[in-house]
Formats: sequence, structure tokens, C-alpha cells
Amino acid sequence: MHPSLSFDQAPPISVPYRFFLAAPWFGVMAGILLAWSGPAAFASRWTPEALALTHLIALGFMLQAMSGALFQFIPVAVGGNVWRPRLVANTVQPLLLLGTLLLVAGFLFVRTDLLSAAVPLFLLAVGGFVTVVAIALWQTPATGVTLWAMRLAIGGLAVTVLLGSLLAESLARGLSLPIVELTNIHLAWGLGGWALMLLAGVSYHVVPMFQLTRPYPPWFARGFGPLLLLLLLAWSGQYFLDDVRWPVAIGLPLVAVFSAYAGMTLWLQYTRRRKIHDPTSLYFRVAMLSLLVFAISGAAFFLIPVIGADPRSVVWLGVLAFAGVFVSAITGMMYKITPFLNWLHLQRLGAPMSAVPNMKKMLAAEAMTGQLRLHVLAVLLLLAAVWLPGLASLAGVAFACSSAWLAWNLISAVRRYQAFRDQIRVVALHR
Amino acid sequence: MSITTALFQHHKYCDEIFADAEEACANADWEAGAAAFQLLRGQLETHFSSEEELLFPAFEAASGMTSGPTEVMRGEHRQMRDLLAQMQGAISSRDSDAFGGAAETLLILMQQHNMKEENILYPMCDDHLRSSDIGAALAERLKQA
Repeated sequence: MHPSLSFDQAPPISVPYRFFLAAPWFGVMAGILLAWSGPAAFASRWTPEALALTHLIALGFMLQAMSGALFQFIPVAVGGNVWRPRLVANTVQPLLLLGTLLLVAGFLFVRTDLLSAAVPLFLLAVGGFVTVVAIALWQTPATGVTLWAMRLAIGGLAVTVLLGSLLAESLARGLSLPIVELTNIHLAWGLGGWALMLLAGVSYHVVPMFQLTRPYPPWFARGFGPLLLLLLLAWSGQYFLDDVRWPVAIGLPLVAVFSAYAGMTLWLQYTRRRKIHDPTSLYFRVAMLSLLVFAISGAAFFLIPVIGADPRSVVWLGVLAFAGVFVSAITGMMYKITPFLNWLHLQRLGAPMSAVPNMKKMLAAEAMTGQLRLHVLAVLLLLAAVWLPGLASLAGVAFACSSAWLAWNLISAVRRYQAFRDQIRVVALHR
Repeated sequence: MSITTALFQHHKYCDEIFADAEEACANADWEAGAAAFQLLRGQLETHFSSEEELLFPAFEAASGMTSGPTEVMRGEHRQMRDLLAQMQGAISSRDSDAFGGAAETLLILMQQHNMKEENILYPMCDDHLRSSDIGAALAERLKQA
């Protein structure tokens, strides 16, 4: 029998939701931290505050939300069987939460013992998660570009965490490793090899599906992942090649590949059949525009070393990538997944279909659009604060508020799920 | 051309008329919206019934699988018919919000459903029913709708 026939392997609703509900609070923490540290935070990528902010978003927001989404996405989109999702989620999430807080505190208070303490937690949490997900992704009989991108992405996550652990240990033990080069490689695998690879793989699936666009051209979807992987391997060569021209020679094609994905996605959205704009499609647009600006500024920094040498130029790229691309795209995805999961799980409770409220009643469009506007304002303020440090605190407050609003929207949706579930159960009892 | 090519192409056609109906009703253009929706509902009904009356029984007979994927697909057809009824109700009461909510839900359900059919069930049908003439019958039925 065909192994992926059981279409209903989706995990219990609590599995994705526990990750989704945790993620925004790390955005709130990041905003508060920025507001509190003020102009100093953005002076360079190496300030304790900048390192703490980066990991609050990368591990607290992005990795939480992306893990939760993967538990849901793998069975539904690529027919993979995740081994005991509830157990894995219940184990992985607390380890991730604790590891993230330790790591961030270690950066912020310059305590290398805390960095070192976080390492085993991440190795355990991400190691377990990667293993379970990799088994699911290699055992599924499905094929296709989304599946391949996800396989590459999960490998990218493993590389990122291994390099991060090496960096943490080398700081804690004073090993004489080339920290700058290793950090550049760690960063490229985290943002490119894991996050962007996964986003692209998911895009191949959901952009045509949610927005009724044409599919990504096969040459593009087949070429993007392997090309990105190849460039990341070459980028990692800077560790061995002591030549300043190497990062430029690889960096330029790398940002060209980023802009090709952003441009292709924007073009598909522009020519789509569905004319309705919803918060998810707008969020995707914000993410892709940010990625384009990232690629263009990245190219400019490579080509015009005078600007590129300013330590703030990398901070600018960081704000674009973390807040502009990934927080936006992930928020948009959560706004689509959450109402649909509410609906799907409620109608499985056996209520008559018409008793289950539709998706718009799970999360009001106005609440999502309002939060989207505040998020865009926060990203613009963050970008301005890179060059006008006086704006840093205001930008931090705006980002904290927009993240809190996201948390509130998701909590409201979950409470609506619980309320409708209880109603349906009461009706069922009295039938 | 495989047995299920016509069904595959019909999915794309239904996407297009879905977008027309959704746009018109969102703009409270109820006359155009009602017309586009009638077309959509009719086309989807033809699609569902073609599968339920022709393709699924033939597949079940050829493969011996009666409670597997076809049963899941029938269940989702029921859910989509119910959402279409809710959309009809929203058009009758000129309620853009109710229409939009049901349409959004239908869209995601429909897209997931289509993807399962296109990626899993249709290839299996093509495999099991290679020597039958059911492809022509399906194409004929969809053309007449």
C-alpha cells in the first residue's frame, strides 16, 4: 500500500501552537532590550546588545516558529511521518527556550560560562529535532522541489548549530579560532542554508496555493536550492582561503540568488489570479521587498568598500534580514496557519459543519492588518535607527509593541478555538 | 495524456472562477458575484460527482482499496459542499464578511485537497487504470458542464 495514504497524520493542535505562542514574546524581549540599551546597541554587530538581539530573534522567534510550523507542514505538505510529535515537541521546546535565554544572557552580560552552558542544550534540542525531521523527510515517498528544499534546510540548521556551538566553546575556553570568519560562515548557514532555504521550499508550496499564483518555474525551483548550497560551501571556503577577494567573489552571486528568489516571488504575486489582498500576502510582500533591499545593499557594500567598512553596514543588513525578511514572512504564515488549524480541528470534533465558524471568525482581518502596519513602521524605524542612533529606543518600543500585538492576536485565536470547542462539546453532550 | 489530465486541468479552471467570484463578492458586486459563484458551484459539483461516480469506483475496483484515499476525498467533498452552501447563504443575505470567511476556508481546503489528488491519488489512478477508457469519459463529462 502507498505509504502516504493516511492524509490525516497532522499532529495535535497543541504541537504547533506551543511554538507559535512562545515566538512573539522573544520579539517583545528584543524590542525592550533595544529600547533599554538605546543608541549603543547598533554601533556594530559585535556589541553585546547586538549579539543578544540577533539570537533573541534567530532562536527565540524564528527557530521556535519554524519548528512549530515544520511539525504541521511535514505531514500535510510532503506526507512525512514525524515520530511522536507531541513527545518531541514537549522535549525540544523547553530545551530550546532555556538554551536561548542562557545564550542571550551570556552575550548580554559577557558571561562565557553561560554561553558554554547553553551549548549542550542546543545540541540536544536541535540534534533531536533534526534527527526526527530528517527521518520523516527521507522516509516519505513524496517527491518534489519543496521536499528537496526542506531536506537541504534541515541540514543547514544542523551546520548552523554545530558552528554556533563551536563559536561558543571557543569563546568560553579561549581557543584560538578565527572568530570573525567562523561567525560569517555560521551566519550564512543560519540565514541562507536554514532559514531562506526553508522559506523558499515552503514558498514553492504555499505561494501558488494561498494566492493562486502560477507555480514557480521548474528551472527556478530546481536550481535555487542546489545553487544556494553550492555558494554557501564556497562561502565557507573563506575559512581556509586567506584572500580578501574571496568573500566578495562569492558574496555577489549569493546576493544575486537572493534577489532572484525575491524578484520571482514578487512577480508571481503581481501576476496572480486572486485579487484579494490578505495579511499573509501583504506580509510576504514586505518580506520579499526587504530581501531585495538586503541584496541590493549587500552588493553595494561589497562593491563600494568605503560604505561596507562602516560597522553599521552589517547591522543594516541584519535588521533587513531578521526583522524585515524573516519576522515578516513567519508572521504572515502564522496568520494563515492558525485560523485554518482552528477550523480544521474544530470540524473534526464531529460538530455539524455549519456550526464551525469560518476562518475569518477565528482571527479578525482588522487585527492582523493593524499589527502588520505597526510591524512595518517598526522595521522602518529600526532601519533608520542604524544611521540615526537617537531613534534606537523608539524603534525598540515600536518593535516590542508590534510583537506584543502579534502575541495577543495569536492568543485570541487560540482562546476562540477553546471557546468554540467547548460549545461544540456541550451541544454534543445534550444531543 | 493521462487518465486524470482533464481533472488536473479542471482544478486550474476552478481556481480561476473562484478568484472571480471572490473578487466580485468582496467588492459587493452581488450580481456579478452571484453569477460567478453559480458557475463555480456548478463546476465544482460536476468535478466532485465525476470523481465520486466514475473515477473513485473504478479505482476502488482496480486497486481493492475502498476505505483509503477515496474515502478521505469523499469526506473533503462533503466539507467543500457545506462551505459552498454557506457561501450561497452569504450571497442571499448580501453579507461580504460571511462570504469572504467561507471563501477563504474553502480556498485552503480546496487547494490542500487538489494537491493530495494531484500528487498522490491521480498518479495512483493513472497506474491502476492505465488500460481503461475512463479518461475519455471523465473529459467528456467535464466538458459538458
